[in-house]
Amino acid sequence: MAVLLIAEISDGELSMDATAKAVAAAKALGDVTVLAAGSSAAAAGEAASKIDGVSKVLVAEDPMLGHRLAEATAALIVSLAGDYEHIVAPATTDAKNVMPRVAALLDVMVISDASGVVDADTFERPIYAGNAVQTVKSNDAKKVITFRTSTFDAAGEGGSASVETISAAENPGLSTWVEDKVAESDRPELTSAGVVVSGGRGVGSEEDFALIEKLADKLGAAVGASRAAVDSGYAPNDWQVGQTGKVVAPDLYVAVGISGAIQHLAGMKDSKIIVAINKDEESPIFQVADYGLVADLFDAVPELIEKL
Amino acid sequence: MKVLVPVKRVIDYNVKVRVKADGTGVDLANVKMSMNPFDEIAVEQAIRLKEAGQAEEIVAVSIGVKQAQETLRTALAMGADRAILVVASDDVHKDIEPLAVAKILKAIVDEEQPGLVLCGKQAIDNDMNATGQMLSALMGWSQATFASEIAIEGDKAKVTREVDGGLQTIEVTMPTVVTVDLRLNEPRYASLPNIMKAKKKPLDEKTAEDYGVDVSNRLEIVKTVEPAERAAGIKVGSVDELVAKLKEVGAV
Repeated sequence: MAVLLIAEISDGELSMDATAKAVAAAKALGDVTVLAAGSSAAAAGEAASKIDGVSKVLVAEDPMLGHRLAEATAALIVSLAGDYEHIVAPATTDAKNVMPRVAALLDVMVISDASGVVDADTFERPIYAGNAVQTVKSNDAKKVITFRTSTFDAAGEGGSASVETISAAENPGLSTWVEDKVAESDRPELTSAGVVVSGGRGVGSEEDFALIEKLADKLGAAVGASRAAVDSGYAPNDWQVGQTGKVVAPDLYVAVGISGAIQHLAGMKDSKIIVAINKDEESPIFQVADYGLVADLFDAVPELIEKL
Repeated sequence: MKVLVPVKRVIDYNVKVRVKADGTGVDLANVKMSMNPFDEIAVEQAIRLKEAGQAEEIVAVSIGVKQAQETLRTALAMGADRAILVVASDDVHKDIEPLAVAKILKAIVDEEQPGLVLCGKQAIDNDMNATGQMLSALMGWSQATFASEIAIEGDKAKVTREVDGGLQTIEVTMPTVVTVDLRLNEPRYASLPNIMKAKKKPLDEKTAEDYGVDVSNRLEIVKTVEPAERAAGIKVGSVDELVAKLKEVGAV
């Protein structure tokens, strides 16, 4: 049994956390070959070759693979698919864009956001915003899977897989990249951070969201937001934690002014320790919090920043 | 340009879901069903394109049980011009998989020849996030997923996408499939006169067999369970107590 794992790469750099977590999930399925594809991918391929459990790395460098455009990336993966029973990737927005396309081209169903591996055909995945967990058994000859990284521990480093260079498939020429608007930040990345501080509608404005950021910086944390806060324009969408945003499982999650809608809980309830600060003691967030503080966030958060 | 908008009938997002005792899925009998919220955003965007003179006709499609007719009437009341219902099951508990849905949609796209297909990025029931990408693959078209901004200029569409690190803008060749994200727009409510008018708009009824598509599942459901409950912890009385507790467990 052989597994092709699509490495998560942005701007030529390997996202070690997401890729190593997917490797941990995929190891149980068979020999793992990592595909590092991009306009520049050699360094990322080299980094991936050191992940424990990786037996081989394929590096495909081509300008048309830059920015992970779906059509060209899917064409490359499909051209390699013949040798593998499982084609997998961490469930990032890039993979969610590409993998269903790959599955349809192979005439198989995609298994999105798998949170558990039962056996080579059988996987667990959350449905209904995490309100139910379904076990599904694939009847397809090939399995195309994205793994929800928050439920797997990253594979360690220390491997020394061989690295081979391959060429890209034909360019379908259907799309071109225009620009990226990536927020520059010194904070840790949201999905891999050890501590996350999130603000909700209770924060009240974009200006006051600075208070959430200040607490995050004090804790060396990533900043998150509830969908309500994003919808209200207090925070950018790439900070959104929840069913329609990112799923996180840090060691410490601090929810400030967040009521705890089901859709938000779906994105953070696997966190090790949850702290909730909210002035409404009836808020559902307190039902999942390890430590709840019923207080006005504008009093409690500055005090917390001072005392930490 | 014609715009095709697939819409799905799903459990209303405000309803608390309950897993069926036999583990086959979630109980959908006698619960409130609505249009998938992301699909509402897709319908809204199609209407805005029509209002801006960039689209002539909006065709809404739903694939599932007969009751999806209500979802299509909602799309018609919002402003779609006509609708196609594809009955693919008579059991409300059977979820037609994205691959089968994409195959049926492909057959409809071949017939209708739209210049643009606007889909929701995911359905809030199976959370697959796949149908749009699969349709695009089967058509051999371009795709632009998770859209927060769409600008159509001639035979190209410039689409801004919500991605992990922020926003990405790409240009895709038309015809194309665009899947929409939350911040693209705020869907309108259908007015009462429009709800009345929608009853007179054309709604064609077809079946999956009409399109020669096998809708049997590729993924067999082994079981469905409630997620592990997280027990509530304690309430602390002050910031000092909170800091002390966090220090005690080594969290800070």
